[in-house]
Amino acid sequence: MAKVVVVTSGKGGVGKTTSTAALGAALAQRNEKTVVVDFDVGLRNLDLVMGAERRVVYDLVNVIQGDAKLTQAMIRDKRLETLFLLPASQTRDKDALTPEGVERVMDELKKHFDWIICDSPAGIERGATLAMRHADVAVVVTNPEVSSVRDSDRIIGLLDAKTERAERGERVEKHLLLTRYDAVRAERGDMLKVDDVLEILSIPLIGIVPESADVLKASNLGAPVTLADSRSAPAIAYLDAARRLAGETLPITIPGEKRGFLGKIFGRRAA
Amino acid sequence: MSIFRFFSKQSSAPTARERLQVLLAHERASVGQSDLVAVLREEILAVIAKHVQVDRDRVSVKMDRGEHVTTLEVDIEIPITAGVRAA
Ligand SMILES: Nc1ncnc2c1ncn2[C@@H]1O[C@H](COP(=O)(O)OP(=O)(O)OP(=O)(O)O)[C@@H](O)[C@H]1O
Ligand SMILES: [Mg+2]
Repeated sequence: MAKVVVVTSGKGGVGKTTSTAALGAALAQRNEKTVVVDFDVGLRNLDLVMGAERRVVYDLVNVIQGDAKLTQAMIRDKRLETLFLLPASQTRDKDALTPEGVERVMDELKKHFDWIICDSPAGIERGATLAMRHADVAVVVTNPEVSSVRDSDRIIGLLDAKTERAERGERVEKHLLLTRYDAVRAERGDMLKVDDVLEILSIPLIGIVPESADVLKASNLGAPVTLADSRSAPAIAYLDAARRLAGETLPITIPGEKRGFLGKIFGRRAA
Repeated sequence: MSIFRFFSKQSSAPTARERLQVLLAHERASVGQSDLVAVLREEILAVIAKHVQVDRDRVSVKMDRGEHVTTLEVDIEIPITAGVRAA
């Protein structure tokens, strides 16, 4: 059975696209057929983060408007044959996304994939509500920072009201993905603690992704961070989060304080 | 963490710069007038459809936007039994 996952946040720039690419690749690396769908019509970026920007022929809007078949618009990843991208259009306006069109595309994708990961645009407008509309599972991407937490709370409310599942009286499974977590600032008390965010939002935690230069490097190279360097700290966090998405239970680790080279060799200090 | 990773820190910014230059050159060129490659793609398909019944499922269009040239690859399966339409 296909699972539809929306990666959403309300607030912009918190790491939705980075997370969509990383989780999508991590699931595909488990040999599960995965498609990542860019809902950010007009401002697509998932193609860049995935390194497929030169190969975009058709997009989601072309498929919705009947100008292209779904199979023609999907781009197979060059590194993983179980990973596909359905790009957003760069030129059309947001109204080109229609609820009926999105439903048709989702129904067809469900026939062919194990995982459909929808990269939501920021905000709470049409693009964001359509991205979450068919979700079984939501990954709420949040930074440990007041405005991000507030917007996540707003999005959680929408997930409980505006989705197909909510309208059928069912629940969307919601998970918190804390990103850009800076251990040094958390230790200094300058940043919301993990427990603070969890207490406020009260949805289960699926992972903590540290603030890391490896994310920028991966996007420079056009590779999901889990593929660019699977041993890096953010990659490990995303790989673990993907395992939890797939139903495994494993303990969550809070990224430790920044360690130097020796720290890296000798590993973690005992907790 | 692997020691290999520690020693293999070549910079990624030049790759980013090159990717962006290629991408933006194409995107800027397609503002205003519609994308030439998209126009070609549609017209090629239209011409072929005039002569043979093409099944849109059996058409694959691939593109690779390079630094100096773009390659457009239109792959159409024409069944032997496909009747030639009257001109
Ligand atoms: N863990 C991280 N460490 C460092 N930088 C990060 C991390 N996660 C994301 N970033 C950076 O933050 C910026 C925004 O990330 P991204 O595009 O994934 O966010 P977004 O939520 O999709 O944004 P938008 O709302 O505009 O779609 C990017 O420059 C990205 O490289
Ligand atoms: Mg984004």
